[in-house]
Amino acid sequence: MNEIVPAHNIGSYVPMIDGPEKVSGRAKYTADIVVPGQLAGRIYRSPYAHGEIISVDVSEALKIPGVKAIVTGADCDKTFGVLPIARSEHPLARDKVRYRGEPVAAVAAIDDATARKAIAAIRMTVRELPAYYKTKAALAPDAVQLHEKKPGNIERDVLFELGSTEQGFGEADLVSEGSYNCAEVCQNQMEMHAAVAEYDAVRERMTVYASTQVPYYVHLMLSEILGLDMSRIRVVKPHVGGGFGCRTETLNVELIAALLARTAGGTVRLVTNREETFITHRGRPETDVRLKIGMRRDGRITAVECECDQRGGAHSGYGVVTILYAGSMLYAIYDLHNIKYVGRRVLTNTPPCGAFRGHGTVDIRFAFESLVDQMAAELGLDPFAVRRANLLSAPCFTDNDLMINSYGLPECMDWVEKESGWKARKGKLGKRNGFSKGLGMACSHYISGASKPVNWTGEPHATVKIKLDFDGSIVVLSGAADIGQGSTTILAQTVAEVLGLDLTRVRVVTGDSEVVPKDNGSYSSRVTFMVGNAALDAARNLKAVLTNAAARKLEARPEDIECLGEVYRAGAQDKGATFEEVVVEALKDSGTITVTGNYSTIPESHGGKKYRGAAIGGTMGYSYSAQVVEVTVDEETGVVTVDKVWVAHDCGKALNRLTVEGQVQGSVWMGLGQAMSEEAAYHDGLMVTANMLDYRVPTIQDSPPIEVGIVESIDPHGPFGAKEAGEGSLAAFLPALTNAIADAIGIRFNDLPVTPDRVFEAIEKRRRAPAKTPKKNGGA
Amino acid sequence: MARLLEFRLNGRDRADAVADNILLLDFLREKIGLTGTKTGCDGGECGACTVLIDDKPVLSCLTLAATVAGRRVDTVESLGVDGQLSAVQRGFHEKLGSQCGYCTPGFIMASAGLLRRNPDPSDAEIVDALGSNICRCTGYVKIIEAVKYAAALNAQGVAP
Repeated sequence: MNEIVPAHNIGSYVPMIDGPEKVSGRAKYTADIVVPGQLAGRIYRSPYAHGEIISVDVSEALKIPGVKAIVTGADCDKTFGVLPIARSEHPLARDKVRYRGEPVAAVAAIDDATARKAIAAIRMTVRELPAYYKTKAALAPDAVQLHEKKPGNIERDVLFELGSTEQGFGEADLVSEGSYNCAEVCQNQMEMHAAVAEYDAVRERMTVYASTQVPYYVHLMLSEILGLDMSRIRVVKPHVGGGFGCRTETLNVELIAALLARTAGGTVRLVTNREETFITHRGRPETDVRLKIGMRRDGRITAVECECDQRGGAHSGYGVVTILYAGSMLYAIYDLHNIKYVGRRVLTNTPPCGAFRGHGTVDIRFAFESLVDQMAAELGLDPFAVRRANLLSAPCFTDNDLMINSYGLPECMDWVEKESGWKARKGKLGKRNGFSKGLGMACSHYISGASKPVNWTGEPHATVKIKLDFDGSIVVLSGAADIGQGSTTILAQTVAEVLGLDLTRVRVVTGDSEVVPKDNGSYSSRVTFMVGNAALDAARNLKAVLTNAAARKLEARPEDIECLGEVYRAGAQDKGATFEEVVVEALKDSGTITVTGNYSTIPESHGGKKYRGAAIGGTMGYSYSAQVVEVTVDEETGVVTVDKVWVAHDCGKALNRLTVEGQVQGSVWMGLGQAMSEEAAYHDGLMVTANMLDYRVPTIQDSPPIEVGIVESIDPHGPFGAKEAGEGSLAAFLPALTNAIADAIGIRFNDLPVTPDRVFEAIEKRRRAPAKTPKKNGGA
Repeated sequence: MARLLEFRLNGRDRADAVADNILLLDFLREKIGLTGTKTGCDGGECGACTVLIDDKPVLSCLTLAATVAGRRVDTVESLGVDGQLSAVQRGFHEKLGSQCGYCTPGFIMASAGLLRRNPDPSDAEIVDALGSNICRCTGYVKIIEAVKYAAALNAQGVAP
């Protein structure tokens, strides 16, 4: 007999289990749901940036043959929003419009052409109000308020000082300051927003298919907006073509589709175009950072003072959380004390921002790692040495009570330093034929899921069910939303690993509220950690059931049963029973077997109470990342080419090395887009970059090789030791790039994106002022 | 106005009544029901709708259906033999050239078109051939690996 061993998959390269559907065109996304008889939805959007609505006249539109339903703000007085404390948005504007493109009315018609005709026949009149497109303008003392309850147009201000910055700066040998501006950026995921709503008028039930990361939140908001009992609602999440955070809250698209479907008494397919997808927004806000750091001669940081203003757009969205993350995540990467943070989330007449990958941490990290690099140069210290002078030592709690149990940042730095040849090459790449080369480095970190869910209900943070029946297939039921990051694959791997079974035995059912357990959704990199732990628990529970059945069948004690996946046996000499035989035995007890696995975070991870909002930033485990970027700058044209990126990411344990590499490369590359070319620009409040040509996403021709090193710090709480892998490596790219440019040409860029125009202008400015010798690595 | 359109789609001859102004993309998705081909932008920006017309990658969102009369159109649904994945499909699946999967059919058809005319492309030729397709997930690193792997499989006799 061949030696029987349990199957293992954890830690190997596992292609995604839903890959065959994606590469064959069989994977269905929301817009692919084409059903005969369904109605086409369209949205009428405000052409005004700010105004009191006097009238919305749909009478002409209603007369057009084929128009089946029109809804306006008059049809729904409820508000929605992801944070229970900040639900300021109507699905269709009432009383006021606050940004150009805000939905005002919507049409369902027999086909798209008719719907468009109806949209063109809608008339809106407003009393225009002054509109504010920049943070500063919205904060002006005489500015009109966007929202009645938000004086000064401040959605939320944050202030904390932990320790004493006065004392800290007093202990410093060098105190430096810098101002930084990061342009607003958009997720611009490939799938445009879409929803299909089916209203069953007989049973008064609503089914909504939505391109969302958070089906449960969509369920909650549909109930609120429709005034319909939750038991009458079903939310289905088909394949989702990326999200990167813009779908971590309910969007007006799915709510409007449902309102239309109910009014029309049928099925409405509402697919937005690319421009509308941009305007629905929820991207990263334009951010201004003023930063002051005190440093000793040996590189030790003694104090940090940080001011952060975010241009939040017309509604809160996640805004309160974003401005809190920006402050709290100054911690948990280095051993820092004496920090003062002042944050302001500002309301402006631009589309609402949201939770973009690296939520709240990215622009602050850019400023911090830039200023540290500049100070290192001034003190004659190596950038790696400065970071090493400020390392944490896990386990520990930060001054703002964040719990850290695993910390692979030192190993990340070691890896990129070695692989990039930093010691031999830094500062020595030189200039040839007008092309200057340089190396830069930076670090970043991120949470593995917010420890406290947005909607606190007292339930476990995550629940997974497993069903096992006569056919012997393991069916995992989870509400976790796979949006392309591979969460479904991770759940299959986890369950297969515990049971010692091949992945082919495991099927995963997700994305249908009628079948799967509730899940909070795919945001803040929570799924592998939280849902992974719940899957681990469920699989162990199933293994216990099977072990007991095997013991009965083999007439042995359960503790003597050895699970080899396809065979259970009592000791090495025992022939044992096959998995199928064990299943048959187990079914005798209960019929179809269902087991549950749960996961809850521990209170120590919930963040602190030292200031209002201090819970934001609390997580069970932080990921860490270090990067080295190599650039070539063409001093004649200002074009910067990224030649190569070395990135090391501490994900605790790589459950799937293939998808970890993919996530890390994708994060770095998304940082590259923000750093070099992406920018949402407005003209009188109209987003003028709402297409993929003007919103410059890097093409394959602009994109460098990205070499990934995986660091495994084995977190004590993570599933198999795992932490997040999909966000933490984004932020470090931005400062690593500008640090590399500073190394190459001696000019430091504090404003993003670093476009060829900006580089060219800075080089020209230096040329025109030859008297002042530019200091290597100095400020500009 | 509508006309009779005769063409070969995914290896089968068809005759359909089509409106003069319908785009090939919308015709494939909305009328025929082949939703593998994706709409990713408002016209010619992203490459998600790439199909092959007479083996050449073309943006179906910039092509009127009526103009493919008498021609061969292949979509992502045409690939693979006897239910097995084609070389390019295997490359994107096994090497993770696809994450969310939305841009994938476009990339796969552009890559299949490349391998049909150039079975052994260099890295630079791969990058040139995929320059008008946008992916928001991968950073393209594994897409290049996927196409190289597909070329190797193709050399072993797996259809592209």
